[in-house]
Amino acid sequence: MKTRNNDLGPRIVGFLCNWCAYTGADLAGVSRMKSAPNLRIIRVMCTGRVDPSFILRAFQLGADGVLVAGCHPGDCHYQEGNFKALRRVLLLKRILRQCGIDERRLRLEWISASEGEKFAKVSTEFTEEVRALGPLRLEVPEEVFAEEMVMVA
Amino acid sequence: MTSLTIDGVTTQVQEGTTLLQAAKLLDVKIPTLCYHPLLKPFGACRLCVVELKRKAGYELVTSCNTPCQEGMVVSSNSKHVVDARRVLLELMLARWPNVPVLRKLADEFGLAQPRFTSVLRDEREDACILCLRCVRICDEIVGANALGFEDRGVARRVVTPFNLESEACIACGACAHVCLTHHIKFEGEDYKGKPPEFLLDPNTAIYMPTAQGVPKVPSIDRDACIHFKTGACQTCVAVCEPGAVNHKMVDEEIELEVGQVLIATGYDLFDPTPMARYGYGRLDNVYTGLDIERMLNSTGPTGGRVLLKNGKPPRAVAIIHCIGSRDENHHRYCSRVCCMYALKFSHLIKERTEAEVYNFYIDMRAFGKGYEEFYVRVLHEGANVIRGKVAEVVQAGWSKQDEGTLLIRCEDTLIGRFREIPVDMVVLCNAIEPRRDAQEVGRLFGLSRSPDGFFLERHPKLDPVATTTDGLFVAGCAQGPKDIPDAVAQASAAAARMLATISKGVVEIDPVRAEVIEEYCSGCRTCNALCPYNAIEYLEDKKVSRVNSTLCKGCGTCVAACPSGAITGYGFNDEQIYAELDGILSL
Repeated sequence: MKTRNNDLGPRIVGFLCNWCAYTGADLAGVSRMKSAPNLRIIRVMCTGRVDPSFILRAFQLGADGVLVAGCHPGDCHYQEGNFKALRRVLLLKRILRQCGIDERRLRLEWISASEGEKFAKVSTEFTEEVRALGPLRLEVPEEVFAEEMVMVA
Repeated sequence: MTSLTIDGVTTQVQEGTTLLQAAKLLDVKIPTLCYHPLLKPFGACRLCVVELKRKAGYELVTSCNTPCQEGMVVSSNSKHVVDARRVLLELMLARWPNVPVLRKLADEFGLAQPRFTSVLRDEREDACILCLRCVRICDEIVGANALGFEDRGVARRVVTPFNLESEACIACGACAHVCLTHHIKFEGEDYKGKPPEFLLDPNTAIYMPTAQGVPKVPSIDRDACIHFKTGACQTCVAVCEPGAVNHKMVDEEIELEVGQVLIATGYDLFDPTPMARYGYGRLDNVYTGLDIERMLNSTGPTGGRVLLKNGKPPRAVAIIHCIGSRDENHHRYCSRVCCMYALKFSHLIKERTEAEVYNFYIDMRAFGKGYEEFYVRVLHEGANVIRGKVAEVVQAGWSKQDEGTLLIRCEDTLIGRFREIPVDMVVLCNAIEPRRDAQEVGRLFGLSRSPDGFFLERHPKLDPVATTTDGLFVAGCAQGPKDIPDAVAQASAAAARMLATISKGVVEIDPVRAEVIEEYCSGCRTCNALCPYNAIEYLEDKKVSRVNSTLCKGCGTCVAACPSGAITGYGFNDEQIYAELDGILSL
């Protein structure tokens, strides 16, 4: 794991769909709405493109939270990509639990192209929620490791 | 053809023509009472008698039901005829001395006083004279058979079955329409004595929807048309010479295959009825902008005159801006057109009446070319503008002189005072709102809508006519409230964009596409069912899937789902996204 600057607060990766959430984020910016600066956005054409491995990789690389945001149900530019994303995210949440990652660190949201306000609200809220959860610590801390070693011995 | 002579003039008429019709063709006047051109001849009043010349002497026949025959010699005003008609009239006058139609005929025949008296003398002006046009029209034309006659001879009367309120009556009013004496009145519609402009609604079932509409054709109101109620009537078919009326026409669905669509579905108007404080639909003389537009129209119901419900011109008119727009409880946006049309109303009302005009506005938005100048002009014409939203419109009082007058309660924010202003008429400038089916239309075409509910353009500044879907354009109030110049500009731009695509002859598609790397594909067919565009085909011989790059829209659903990572999404492949992740998480 790379060195990180914890002063920046939680690091959150957002996978935003090109047609709704990304445009909504753009609108929030153009409208000069205030939102937490912690969200680091990756644009995908559709939330259906979000491979669960992207999310796992993000956590692995040090993300404290992952936001997947797409069109409202029924509004998908590709008809039903957002439903595919919903399916995958729900499954992935179970896997995250097994990995010891709090499932609240992964969030799926529906944000339409006109909902700049909702985007700003979601990104701020999610940042605060992840901040409350604290930094994600994937590797076993030294002291815990030592304790376990003692127990094994 | 049949040839005959009427009053010395020989003419040729179609087979089956009656003497009365033939006389009419020659402009020979024959008095009638029970005759109606749409009804079968009845011969009850016998006033249409004419003299037929016979070998020996003459014969008096009723012209309405006597068909023309070859060589007939007819006289419509011989002494025999006139004497017969006078006697008939005298007999009728003896019974109904004051009925206007009879009095008029009596004057024509110089009958001051009938010689006879009748025990059945009926002094009423609207007495029934038993022409039975009502009974016949209800039977022959309307087909409802709600009227009939009772008894015989002198006791004959027109009645509804069993003298009860008739269930067969469809309230078409045809009987009242043909009644010669207004004996039958159409209840609930007291239009007699009122000037015709106060029939604000179309009062026949077939009418011109707009006076200057294109194409200029009337339409039939199915709910009001007698034919659709009883299957009879068809009077319009009978009188239409070109035979253009067709009751069998039905809505048809036409399927067209097109490459581009322009969504210009327009807008709906905000209904101000729920804002009860303004009294629309509750108080008289409270109108919406469109109601007044209709009233000001020179082809409208009042011929362009501004009138109150009592037929008098208003002494003062209030125009209230921003009804439903710029209102947290309804629509937060500005409807854009109201300020200017309100000023137009001020100008026209000032021009056509002596009335004081008060505009109640929040902000005056005269934004377009020449608009501010028009605002200044209207101010110079003496229109009052009061900055403040009206709190309520109430009935001013119950004394006779105040009758119908309304009172505006508002705060004049520029002088910081509460004001009460009496007016006779209130115009509500109601908001433009998205069409009520905008959501369905949006779903149908995959269009997003902005928070206000109007269709979303691709970019508010750089691409205001296109949408996020290729080949789909928006124009006019479907995209947002706008005035006519703006709507025309946007629609022209959209049309030009569509033509540009057509003239180019080829469609450029995004390079974002998925592709199957056949060496890695295991042929599991997971992707096949996922594609919303059926762009993935399975090659049976090679046992691999393949993406049809013309059908593929590049969503990447299959890329994410491929268990063996055999599908690449150009522009968004796994390596690129991992690299992005590396980059954004490096700090």
